[in-house]
Amino acid sequence: MHLFAAAVPLWTLLSWGDQGYGDELFWGACHTLEISIFGYALGLGLGLLGAVGKLSSAGLLAKGLNGYTTLFRALPEAILIMLLYYAGTDALNGLFALVGIGALQVSGMVAAIVVLGAVQGAYSTEVLRAAIMAVPKGQIEAAEALGMTRFLRFRRITLPAMLPNALPGLANLWLNITKDSALVSLVGFTELALATQQAAGVSKRYFVLYVTAQAIYLAISQTSIAGFGWAERRLRRGQRGPVAVP
Amino acid sequence: MKDLHKSFGPLEVLKGVGLTAQNGDVVSLIGASGSGKSTFLRCINFLERPSQGRIIVAGEELLLQPRADGNLHPVDERQLERIRARLGMVFQSFNLWQHMTILQNVIEAPVHVLKLPKAEAIARAEALLQKVGLYDKKDQYPAFLSGGQQQRAAIARALCMEPKVMLFDEPTSALDPELVGEVLKVIRDLAQEGRTMILVTHEMKFARDVSSHVIFLHQGRIEEEGTPAQVFASPKSLRCKQFVARLHS
Repeated sequence: MHLFAAAVPLWTLLSWGDQGYGDELFWGACHTLEISIFGYALGLGLGLLGAVGKLSSAGLLAKGLNGYTTLFRALPEAILIMLLYYAGTDALNGLFALVGIGALQVSGMVAAIVVLGAVQGAYSTEVLRAAIMAVPKGQIEAAEALGMTRFLRFRRITLPAMLPNALPGLANLWLNITKDSALVSLVGFTELALATQQAAGVSKRYFVLYVTAQAIYLAISQTSIAGFGWAERRLRRGQRGPVAVP
Repeated sequence: MKDLHKSFGPLEVLKGVGLTAQNGDVVSLIGASGSGKSTFLRCINFLERPSQGRIIVAGEELLLQPRADGNLHPVDERQLERIRARLGMVFQSFNLWQHMTILQNVIEAPVHVLKLPKAEAIARAEALLQKVGLYDKKDQYPAFLSGGQQQRAAIARALCMEPKVMLFDEPTSALDPELVGEVLKVIRDLAQEGRTMILVTHEMKFARDVSSHVIFLHQGRIEEEGTPAQVFASPKSLRCKQFVARLHS
């Protein structure tokens, strides 16, 4: 009972403004989404480059990309974020001092986006590589035979043909990043997890606030799942047979 | 109006095969599986890289250079793309793009390669789909069509580029027997219109009826060639005689 026995009523606790923490949680959730979206976009870009690079080269580039995907899938994100935030700032400032530019502070948000994007990029590389490889060779040959350029083939045929294969994997990566974004709280960036922690710390209403935060995460993930499901059904509308899509 | 000659790599799938087709010629390539006829056809539009030889389409020779992998590579990708755009290819397994409707499949290359205005490409595509009897299926996705319908759509897709030459790589081999006829009818109509065509096929009766020239390949070499009458009725080579006899029985 004592959990609910505190003086401030629930609706006040979660209200907007000085009395409650509704606005803090709302802005925290916005920051969570912001980091997730930018990190995911960066990851997709890196993943696409990585997948194409891996599939179209056998030499040094492929080795380098293998190193990248191996390393960034192996290292803990928490340590990578701190490494970039603290050590990266030092290194950048050392470099800037050399060329006579003043010091700067890497923002927690930028560090988070770069690190989460790089990690996502490593996973996306593998998801997209597999999806591209699953496109039947004949689809590409038909495009070649019609005189399409390499870029046109990729943009008009390979990309849309591989997307339905990639989407389930990409949806997983999106769900992961919305939760992994909580790691930025380690460098003091106030996203949903840290906003909740601060609110709970002050009000001592741990249960209510953490359950509310979980509900927000759940709402984000459920909306995302519905969105990815819709996208996959749409992308698979040319396919026959039972397609089980959430 | 072209002259083709090439031989092929370390496996020696093709040991010096050449052919010339004049405007309006229908050349059929026949032979057992593994004789190299499909490989030869795929060398013409460079889906397969030959190790030696020359490819001339409508008077333009494809500029080639040997590379370390033992194959010839195009000197200029743009030239290869230009030549490919003049060669219509029909595959054994149709290879229609699954993420596009039939109409989108047919207008894709005319719009993006030939830079035809979309309305013009659609008009051209609809006329062709009418001709192959698929106008009412134009907004369907390929997976919802029968094999015969898909292959007719693939023929329309190739024709929409207004190619100088049509290449057919075993166009009926993946079809159920009852669907073969509708595809052969479309190809026969094209032959009667005077289109230049090179055809790899196992349909001997069809090859005999539509071809102006028949080439029998055996182990990567031309074993016998001539008019359909010569090759089918009075072949000189023993292997060709056996091959043709087996199909007659």
